[in-house]
Amino acid sequence: MSEHPSTYDPKTGVEKWLDKRLPIVRLAYDSFVDYPTPRNLNYWWTFGGILSVCLVIQIVTGIILAMHYVPHIDHAFASVERIMRDVNYGWLIRYVHANGASMFFFAVFIHMFRGLYYGSYKAPREVLWILGCIIFFLMIATAFMGYVLPWGQMSFHGAVVITNLIGSIPVIGGPILTWLQGGFAVDQPTLNRFFSLHYLLPFVIAGVVILHIWALHVTGQNNPAGVEIKSKEDTVPFTPYATVKDGLGIIIFLFLFAIFVFFLPNSLGHADNYIPANPLVTPAHIVPEWYLLPFYAILRAVPDKFLGVVAMFAAIAVLFILPWLDTSKVKSMRYRPVMRWFFVIFVVVCLALGWCGAQLPDTPVIPGLPSFNLIDGAFNSYLWLTRFLTLYYFAFFLVIMPWIGLKEEPLPVPASISEAILAEHAKKKG
Amino acid sequence: MSAFMTKSLKKVLGAVAVAAALAGASGAYAAGGAEHPKHVDFTFKGPFGTFDQGQLQRGYKVYKEVCANCHSATLMSFRNLGQKGGPFYDPKYKNPNDNPVVKAIAAEFEVPDIDTDTGEDITRPATPSDNFPEKYPNTYAAAAGNGGAIPPDLSVITKARHGGAEYIYSLLTGYVTPPKGLNVAPGQYYNPYMAGSLATQWDGDPHHVPVGGVLAMAPPLNQGAVTYDDGTPETVDNYAKDVSAFLQWAGDPHTTLRKKTGVAVLIYLFLFGGLTYAAYRQLWHGKH
Ligand code: HEC
Ligand code: HEM
Repeated sequence: MSEHPSTYDPKTGVEKWLDKRLPIVRLAYDSFVDYPTPRNLNYWWTFGGILSVCLVIQIVTGIILAMHYVPHIDHAFASVERIMRDVNYGWLIRYVHANGASMFFFAVFIHMFRGLYYGSYKAPREVLWILGCIIFFLMIATAFMGYVLPWGQMSFHGAVVITNLIGSIPVIGGPILTWLQGGFAVDQPTLNRFFSLHYLLPFVIAGVVILHIWALHVTGQNNPAGVEIKSKEDTVPFTPYATVKDGLGIIIFLFLFAIFVFFLPNSLGHADNYIPANPLVTPAHIVPEWYLLPFYAILRAVPDKFLGVVAMFAAIAVLFILPWLDTSKVKSMRYRPVMRWFFVIFVVVCLALGWCGAQLPDTPVIPGLPSFNLIDGAFNSYLWLTRFLTLYYFAFFLVIMPWIGLKEEPLPVPASISEAILAEHAKKKG
Repeated sequence: MSAFMTKSLKKVLGAVAVAAALAGASGAYAAGGAEHPKHVDFTFKGPFGTFDQGQLQRGYKVYKEVCANCHSATLMSFRNLGQKGGPFYDPKYKNPNDNPVVKAIAAEFEVPDIDTDTGEDITRPATPSDNFPEKYPNTYAAAAGNGGAIPPDLSVITKARHGGAEYIYSLLTGYVTPPKGLNVAPGQYYNPYMAGSLATQWDGDPHHVPVGGVLAMAPPLNQGAVTYDDGTPETVDNYAKDVSAFLQWAGDPHTTLRKKTGVAVLIYLFLFGGLTYAAYRQLWHGKH
């Protein structure tokens, strides 16, 4: 918090000397030791710490992978397998990196839904939220390019499908596509540059994360009550309180992570990616990794390819303007009896979109049920289910948010965090 | 009212989270039109399962004497056969390159090399550090030798097919005479476990297209074709089980170490988590 005065007191001569020249210890002390944290944070707030751990894990394992990986179309697949077989503990490094991407997205989705539910995007945290959206977008780009590197069937054909989307942009799409692929097809130049960018972007993410945390420390953390910190009674110092709590959250998360890495290392990936890339054989069913499925579903819901691309990007872009779409005066949905149910539906819709992204569009949703054709596809098909879900996705932000915010009668909001805690205690007893 | 809402909302969110995990895990797989692989009680299944070394040795024999006539496994090196957890691991030889069994196995294969005196292309017997050789000089030769189809490299085949070892076993033992009305071209064989779509080859009721597909591999296993010297009955069923187990190991040779490490990591995290929880309770007592 900006008003929070620094309490760092350099004791030794060296500390005093350094503090006058570069107050870096002071910065760390004020940010992670004495930093006042709302007392009422719940476990959904531990995902910020979890995400930092994820980023570090991806960077450390990634750098080691890059020491052994060969970005060449004839050697990439075999080099990844060599890492798994012949590099000491290479199987561990590679399975941690591959599953780590899934874990990273799992955590970021929870982190974002948390922000959505408790109104963490609202004033004064708009910039903080937008920086988060930038991180999310960079993560998608990084993961997509990383998935291309092992050069399996899904890597290759996924890259073909996604890069070709650019080609659907009128007039300038074609030249941009050639420039992006480094030629007229996905080939050696594409793999080489994707490796370069996959190495670069995580460090860009790390940079934006620093801005994200800076912005966080200017405005202070939001909390489940959605009221700002009023007095010292509302807070506890970050260390030891938040460190221990975040630590516990991280350990539980690592437990889940370890179950995947050690016992189900390939369950989140697609078997076809263990077939070396072959441009002449297209897999029966090209699907992206699970965390990109909702966006893939939105892409395919739109009959026109270019407009599909627009819709897919809009699905992320809409998050950037969210702070100005919500008209409610109340932050936390705890005190928004109507909006919270629209939120629950929204979460279900996002999951359902992910489900639809993995299905063939023409497959009937309820097999055996008679159907009829609507415009360009059977009504009882994933195509039309996806369209309705997509409609809700956008309506949630563009219609429901502004409208319910004006209409809804919020529940009484506690005057302060301390009061919210007292009210909860009374509720537990009574 | 608000208390009720918060509670029910928590329940809904909990259920949603579980559903999310399940949907995420299974969503990536859309079933193909093939029979679900048969269930086999492999010893390596489950979090504590390990490979049966005798089975891996028999499986290697089937691989060498049958499958290797058409297939390669170039991602494997001979040395792998003698490393810890492998079919020919011998605690006496920590370095598998010294293992005489592995040396003898390698020497049965010829690998390409260059004569350093003349610069000519030659072949020489393999050593443990060599990779399994290519079966064909290129994919055209592979296709020409197999009626147009290319036998896939088997190094990671168990990871490249849903069902893994159970799928390989089911495929090898699953050949049946094609149902009446299914046109199977010469050199092709019907197998209900093979992924495919047979609608264009089917003369019968279009609503009842047979499941499965056709492939260019004739049933490769015949009773008694491979001699077992440990008394295991020489049946197609055993051959199929053993070679599937071998390929499962070959696809992920460090599986046993991985699972063992995993158990230790989970125990560690559990204890560390318990301690942290105790510290957390103590610290936050009366604070929230
Ligand atoms: C006579 C040559 C030959 C022999 C011997 C042979 N295969 Fe094959 N195999 C093939 C060919 C050719 C294909 C490709 C079939 C196609 O794609 O139509 C194939 C395909 C396969 C496939 C891939 C099926 C799929 O899901 O796509 C597996 C698995 C397989 N073989 C395993 C084995 C095993 C295990 C053995 C040893 C027991 C073996 N093969 C022996 C020729 C052979
Ligand atoms: C934001 C962080 C990162 C994410 C989300 C991410 C994601 C991914 C994904 C999804 C894959 C494909 C895994 C597979 O199926 O095999 C991959 C592969 C790879 N990544 Fe990353 N990565 C990140 C950071 C890094 C960094 C910092 C480096 C290098 C310094 C790196 C190097 C590699 C290499 C060499 C591969 C190919 C080997 C392989 O496929 O396992 N990654 N990454």
